[in-house]
Amino acid sequence: MVNVISRLTAWLSSSTLCLSSLLLSSYALAQEAGRSTINMPVGVTPISTEVYGLHMQMFWWCVGIGVVVFGVMFYSMIVHRKSNGAKAANFHDSTTLEILWTVIPLVILVVMAFPATSTLIKLYDTSESDVDVVITGYQWYWKYEYLGEEVSFFSRLSTPQEQIRNQATKGEHYLREVDEPLVIPVNKKIRFLVTSNDVIHAWWVPDLAVKRDAIPGYVNESWAKVNKPGVYRGVCAELCGKDHGFMPIVVKAVPEEEYTVWLADRREQAEKIKALTGKTFTLDELMVQGKQVYTKACVACHGVNGEGGVGKAIAGSPIATGDIAAHLDIVVNGSKVNLAMAAYKDTLSEVDTAAVLTYQRNAFGNNTGDVVQPIDVLNFKQGK
Amino acid sequence: MAHGPAKGFTRWLYTTNHKDIGSMYLWFSFAMFLLGGVFALVIRAELFEPGLQIVEPEFFNQMTTMHGLVMVFGAVMPAFVGLANWMIPMMVGAPDMALPRMNNWSFWILPFAFMMMISTLFMDGGGPNFGWTFYAPLSTTYAPPSVTFFIFAVHIMGASSIMGAINIIATIFNMRAPGMTLMKMPLFVWTWLITAYLLIAVMPVLAGVVTMMLMDIHFGTSFFDAAGGGDPVLFQHVFWFFGHPEVYIMILPAFGIVSAIIPTFARKPLFGYSSMVYATASIAFLSFIVWAHHMFTVGMPIAGELFFMYATMLIAVPTGVKVFNWVTTMFRGSMTFETPMLFSIAFVILFTIGGFSGLMLAIAPADFQYHDTYFVVAHFHYVLVPGAIFSITAGVYYWLPKWCGNMYNETMGKTQFWLAFIGLNVTFFPMHFVGLAGMQRRVPDYNQFFADFNMISSCGAFLFGAAQIMLLYNVIATIRGGKKATAEVWDNPEGLEWTVPSPAPYHTFTTPPEVK
Repeated sequence: MVNVISRLTAWLSSSTLCLSSLLLSSYALAQEAGRSTINMPVGVTPISTEVYGLHMQMFWWCVGIGVVVFGVMFYSMIVHRKSNGAKAANFHDSTTLEILWTVIPLVILVVMAFPATSTLIKLYDTSESDVDVVITGYQWYWKYEYLGEEVSFFSRLSTPQEQIRNQATKGEHYLREVDEPLVIPVNKKIRFLVTSNDVIHAWWVPDLAVKRDAIPGYVNESWAKVNKPGVYRGVCAELCGKDHGFMPIVVKAVPEEEYTVWLADRREQAEKIKALTGKTFTLDELMVQGKQVYTKACVACHGVNGEGGVGKAIAGSPIATGDIAAHLDIVVNGSKVNLAMAAYKDTLSEVDTAAVLTYQRNAFGNNTGDVVQPIDVLNFKQGK
Repeated sequence: MAHGPAKGFTRWLYTTNHKDIGSMYLWFSFAMFLLGGVFALVIRAELFEPGLQIVEPEFFNQMTTMHGLVMVFGAVMPAFVGLANWMIPMMVGAPDMALPRMNNWSFWILPFAFMMMISTLFMDGGGPNFGWTFYAPLSTTYAPPSVTFFIFAVHIMGASSIMGAINIIATIFNMRAPGMTLMKMPLFVWTWLITAYLLIAVMPVLAGVVTMMLMDIHFGTSFFDAAGGGDPVLFQHVFWFFGHPEVYIMILPAFGIVSAIIPTFARKPLFGYSSMVYATASIAFLSFIVWAHHMFTVGMPIAGELFFMYATMLIAVPTGVKVFNWVTTMFRGSMTFETPMLFSIAFVILFTIGGFSGLMLAIAPADFQYHDTYFVVAHFHYVLVPGAIFSITAGVYYWLPKWCGNMYNETMGKTQFWLAFIGLNVTFFPMHFVGLAGMQRRVPDYNQFFADFNMISSCGAFLFGAAQIMLLYNVIATIRGGKKATAEVWDNPEGLEWTVPSPAPYHTFTTPPEVK
């Protein structure tokens, strides 16, 4: 018996050593990245700093209570053991003690409740914002829309599949990088209006201490005033299906001048795309553009050569070689029977939709010779 | 007069004996515990390092969902019902449960419910993949077709639990031996009485919410579909109105077990018996008015947030009273540390740590950072694994000699304890860190930043799993033989169950004992 215990103790201490060296090494790694691997970030907003303070305050309360309770417990486990010759006392009731250890925790709780309430009230005050951003969750990406600015775009994971499948070295921001980050000005009150297009998501950026559920049919509000330019990364926090772990958030906080320039640039781009809708393209132009769109939006389910996979084959497909209106319908509005075939009316512009349709109708041996123009797509969307 | 059980399989099929049914519940729950554990190990294996290597995200989600469902409804709840079946009649001096035929029925529908639920893994589109909390519309409009089987299985489990609860209440109120007043009942009986009321109150709510899902999926209603005028947040309110009392259903009987074991090995009566009873009742009451603390980020009005924050913090008071009572019971005792005591002490320490993180989570503004991260995963595993699993294990070691008449192997029991204890802490403690550092729940892949702690967690999980195999071996070896146990088994333990011989005869207390 003693033998077993001593062997166990030896094993325990060696594994503790192992663990602590591991802990140290990850701590070193954290130092490099400037983030703690073991604690909540202080963050870059007044709210996040307060939340961090609350968190640490609660933590130290718990440590204090733990030291007292476990202290007494370990004391009696060491001293009051039968093998030490301890004789059991026989007391089993004390109203004074019971009242004491009901009232003291109650008082501590009241002390804790005050700062928590005050922070919560500030956290809920979304009034008088400078910039309003509508955030919409999709399976599995985000849409950002600057209210009153006519600027909106989608933000998707940009980590290549090869990294996820372990065929390429993972980059520093593996699974925490997007094609188009949300850009906001520093020292301005940004109001986030969070909603969803399909299931429930949650928009969470730890450095901003903002986490809001994106719920279909609801618009939830939150806010942040970032005090330091930088790139802040977050994730979808609510289980939303297959790619829940693959819809990160990147927020780029920039000085106000930079933000104004960026916004003007985005607005100009949007106008350009709009103008293109009226233009007539050649088959070749559409095929080049269509291939790019296909690689981005369709290839995961329909295959590089249109051979299908998760989705149906495009090569020789009755839809891609048949009636154009039916083809438009399934791409624009999605499939009624198979939810995996999503509606692309919001995510693909008229030009992109026209290009990808033309591509699908002429690539992979489909050779229909059909050309779909952006204006056809616009007319279809408007029900003409 | 004394006749033994029937022979063969029909003994188990037709039995109305509380001991047989208790054993079947315990074996069933252990089988489910191993299955749920295998699901957990699939999760931990995938999370051993960044990247997707073992399973696809779609299957990973089925694993997290099934792990939760199987552990909650298949392992923990039936195990407590099994212990109740075995112990409550013996503790109150009754010959059997009050409703023995219903007892048989409430057990035998369970294996069918679980066979149905587990079979969904092999169906087209896969099994439930929306988390054990199955939030709509992910579990309705966007669910795989197998969700209907899941709904039916949940209905059957609920029926089983309700029948079990009715039986326990009827037994406690009608079958107590003369002189066994309510305030003389062992705490395990008290905590189960309160748990049974919780079950009867909330299992119909669960049945209601899954029925609403069924209607949404198949009959064109829109309870939870915003597009049809319904409300996805309504789902969460109804679910957590069931779900929060549910977590106390999984912990109150554990309080009872530990309150039986600690006095025995401290050789000192339980400190503050009546305050323990009142604390249990207070926790049960509070459990009905804190449900929305699971929903701090859904966008409730601030008045709602504050109410649920304050109510949640209040739970710390009666829970604290319990912990202080256990510690004071040990204080100035004459302690020995047999396996049941080791598990019980670990219960008190680790459950308290889980309680601490619970207190932190109660602080609504901080919860905006904790919610849906691994910090929450760490928290509820710290309350549930030491809380439910350790207490059940403690109970099994404590009463096993009474059940089968043989002593278990103490060295193996203690070794198993240390393996489980180390495994548990190595698995779940690092989860606090990764959660705070920003890793969200229910993801099959993560940035390298979280890699070290995930690898440690995965190693711990396999160690914890191995410890359970050891428990299985020790129990089987004890049933098959070993040192004969005396009627008292331990050093002067309290309770009627120790007045009958070991192993307990097939029928006990056919004439009620007199309780002074």
